[in-house]
Amino acid sequence: MVPESNADQMRIHIRLDFAEDGFSLCLDTRLPLKGVTAIFGRSGSGKTSLLRCLAGLETRCQGSIYLGDQCWQAKGYRLPTHKRPLGYVFQEASLFEHLSVRGNLDYARKRAWQQVTDEEYHHILDLMGIEPLLQRRSYQLSGGERQRVAIARALLIKPSLLLMDEPLAALDQARKQEILPYLEQLKANALLPILYVSHALEEVSRLADTLLVLESGQLKAQGAAGALLASLDCPLPTGEEPGVLLEGSIVERDQQWNLVKIAFDGGELWLSQSESWHSGPMRVRILARDVSLTLAEHQDSSILNRLPGVVRALQKESDGAMILVRLSVGNTALLARISRRSAVHLGLCEGKSVWVQIKSAALVR
Amino acid sequence: MLLTDQDWQAIRLTLHLASVVTLLLLLMVTPLAWWLAQTQSRLKAPVSALVAMPLVLPPTVIGFYLLIAMGPDGWLGQVTQALGLGLLPFTFEGLVVASLVYSLPFVVQPIQNAFESMGQRPLEVAATLRAGPWDRFFTIALPQARRGFFSAAVLGFAHTIGEFGVVLMIGGNIAGETRVVSVQLYDHVEALQYEQAHWLAGVMLVLCFTLLLGLSLVQKRAGWSGMKYGA
Repeated sequence: MVPESNADQMRIHIRLDFAEDGFSLCLDTRLPLKGVTAIFGRSGSGKTSLLRCLAGLETRCQGSIYLGDQCWQAKGYRLPTHKRPLGYVFQEASLFEHLSVRGNLDYARKRAWQQVTDEEYHHILDLMGIEPLLQRRSYQLSGGERQRVAIARALLIKPSLLLMDEPLAALDQARKQEILPYLEQLKANALLPILYVSHALEEVSRLADTLLVLESGQLKAQGAAGALLASLDCPLPTGEEPGVLLEGSIVERDQQWNLVKIAFDGGELWLSQSESWHSGPMRVRILARDVSLTLAEHQDSSILNRLPGVVRALQKESDGAMILVRLSVGNTALLARISRRSAVHLGLCEGKSVWVQIKSAALVR
Repeated sequence: MLLTDQDWQAIRLTLHLASVVTLLLLLMVTPLAWWLAQTQSRLKAPVSALVAMPLVLPPTVIGFYLLIAMGPDGWLGQVTQALGLGLLPFTFEGLVVASLVYSLPFVVQPIQNAFESMGQRPLEVAATLRAGPWDRFFTIALPQARRGFFSAAVLGFAHTIGEFGVVLMIGGNIAGETRVVSVQLYDHVEALQYEQAHWLAGVMLVLCFTLLLGLSLVQKRAGWSGMKYGA
C-alpha cells in the first residue's frame, strides 16, 4: 500500500493481521492524523493489540503501517519501536521506579526527536500540572499523578503521534475526573494527533473527534465521533448505559433561571448553565433511562424539556420488564428506556406519535 | 596471638580468592543471565540445566573433571600451555577458575531472576522513548536489577569462601597459594589441634556474620526490602 496523493500525508494507513492465543485482529483502515481518534470497544476487542502493533511492540504482527509516506512496517520490514516517532502512554503507571519524576522526564527529554526548549519543557509540565512533583519518586505519587507524569514524559519525546492505551482505566472515578480536564487541555492545545484507546463512553464522548469501533478484532464502525455516537446502531460495550449523543450549539442564555438553550437538529433543549461552558459546538448526552414518554403534552410537569417525537422501534430487554424505545425527534434519534407495562398501557407501536420528556441531559463538551 | 601466621595467611588468601571470583563472575555472568531472562530459544532449558549443575553435583566430581581438563593432557591444560601460562592445578589461578565454575549458579540465578521479575514493560516504555537495545540495557535493565546484583555478589562471595572439596581436588594444600581457610581448618582437626581449630572457626563465624550484617544495613539504608536469596 503506497500513499497516492498529498492528502494521504495527513493520514495513517493501517493494514494489520495479528493472531495470538485464539484471538485475532484483522484491520484495514486509514485514520486522520489530526485531533483525537478514539479506538472504542469492549475489553478483548483488540484495542490494545492494535495500539501495540502500531508501536511495533508486537513482533508477530503482520501487515503494513504507513504514517503519511513514512513506512513503519511492510512485508519483510519492521521499523523498531525506538525509531518510530511516537509517544506511548500505557494503561497502568509505567514510570521508571529507579528514577525520580524529574529523572523520568529527563529520560525522554534527552532522547527527544527535536530539542525541547526550556519554554516547551515548562509548558508541558504546566499543562499536566506536575511542576511541584519533580523531586518525588514514583512510589510517592498517587495513581493520577503518575499518569500525568507519564503523559508529560510521552509528550517530551516530541512525537508525531501520541498513542494512549486506556490511560484512565486503572484509576478510580475521582482520579478520572482529576485527569480528564488535563486531557482536554492537551486536546485544546492541539500539540499533536492522538490515538486514544478506551472502553469508557464518557472519555470517548468528551475527547474524540473521530471514532473507530472495534469488535472481536474487526472494525465495526468508523467515522466522526458525534455522528457515530448519536446513531442507534453504534455498538456499546457491555455495562454502558444506553443513550445518545447530540451535537448542538447554544442559542440562548437565560440569566434569571441560570439556564441555556441548546439547539440541535430536531429541536431545542434547556440545560442548567455551568461555568465550564464555551461557545461553539456542544455535545449533550441523553441516557435512555432519563427519557420518558407521554401521549399528550403535560404542561403541568416539572420536566422542562418536552419534545414531539415518533416511535421508530421497540426492543425488549433481556430481563423482560424493560423495553428500549427508539424515537425520532426531527432528524435526531433518541432512546427511551421504559417498563414494558407502560409501553403496553400507552399502546406504543411503530409510527405512533408521542411526547418525549427528558428528565436530565449531561453536557459532555 | 591466638591465630598463627599461617591461619591469617589462609584467611587473607580466602578473602582474596572470593573477591576475585565474585568480581569476575559478575562481569562474565551478566550477559548470560540477560540472555536466559530474555530468550525464547529452545536452548534455554539445556543451558539453564547446565548452569545449575554445580548446585547438585558433589564438589569432588566437579573438581575431578576440572583437574582432568586442566592437566597436561586436558583441553584447558593444552590452552594454558599454548598461551605460556603453564598448568593451572595447584596454583591460585587454578583455584579461581575452579571457583568460577563452582559458584556460577549462585551468581547467575539472582541476576536472572531480577531481570525476569522486572518484566518487559519498563523496556517497552524505554523503547517508546527512543532508547535502543543497548541504551535500554544500561539505563533500565541494569539499574532496575540492582537488588539482584547485590544478592548475587553476596551469595557468590559467601559460597566461594565455603568451598572445600573442589579446592582439595584442584589446589591441594600449598601454604600461601592454595591453602584456604576451610583446608587450614581441616588440617588443624586432622592434627587434633582443637583449640586452634576453634579459634579459626570462630574468627570466620564472626567475620561472616559482620559482613552479612553490614550488607543488610546498607540495603536497609538504600530502602530495599531486605536480601532475597535467589530473587
